[in-house]
Amino acid sequence: MDYIQPYLMLSSILFSMGIYAVITRKNAVAILMGIELILNSANINFIAFNRFGNFNTLDGHVFSIFVIVLAAAEAAVALAIIINLFKNIGTVDVDQAREMKG
Amino acid sequence: MPIPDLGMLLFLGIFMMICASAFMVVTSPNLVHSAVSLLFTLFGVAAIYIYLYADFIAATQVVIYVGGILVLIIFGVMLTNKIENATIDSKTHNKIPGLIFSLLLLLMQFYIIFNTKWYIADNEVKDSTIKEIGNMLLTKYLLPFEIVSILLLAALIGAAMLSRKKVG
Repeated sequence: MDYIQPYLMLSSILFSMGIYAVITRKNAVAILMGIELILNSANINFIAFNRFGNFNTLDGHVFSIFVIVLAAAEAAVALAIIINLFKNIGTVDVDQAREMKG
Repeated sequence: MPIPDLGMLLFLGIFMMICASAFMVVTSPNLVHSAVSLLFTLFGVAAIYIYLYADFIAATQVVIYVGGILVLIIFGVMLTNKIENATIDSKTHNKIPGLIFSLLLLLMQFYIIFNTKWYIADNEVKDSTIKEIGNMLLTKYLLPFEIVSILLLAALIGAAMLSRKKVG
């Protein structure tokens, strides 16, 4: 596969699906899954441009390692917050989480 | 159009698998089905990395995403639902605006992808990327590497502190 377009198409499809999940889902864990899709699409773009761009170094790979680390940190903190939310209000529906005082 | 060879057919199969499983992730009403579909999406993305000669990133993707983040997400699904409920459902809202917005984004990106003359460099294929990535992490990207490790430590401590039981 020596064309960049299929990779960019795949990444834009994943990005749009992630945005759709973030907009339509009510469950906080499902929104988190959409965010993971978006981060994956960004990673595909980094690697694809590093492969097809005029670089002799692997800067894109290092960037995508940082993105993966940030995704891990984000998932850990987000799930801790979601579990606390569930303990406090008994649901993870983001529409129900509208009280500032826990 | 080039003649399709085996690698291209495999790429097409992976492409379709990623699209179908990502569609399941965003639309399935059952959250467990969503999480299991996310497994297939992440594995497919790892295969795409192998097509792009990124062997280390593909391994990292499998270890961290499939082995770590996906397990965390399944934990989250299981811990945030009451046992009495037989089914784990996720309601959706804003379906029509969300569909319109994401389709607009998709069309915009496709327009850009197909109307740009992409420069395709004739890079030499490296045998292994691991050595160079390791060198770059400890020379050119040393400061970001340290910052991101401190961020990860802070995030882990914060997550443990947020989710522990309050004593007293």
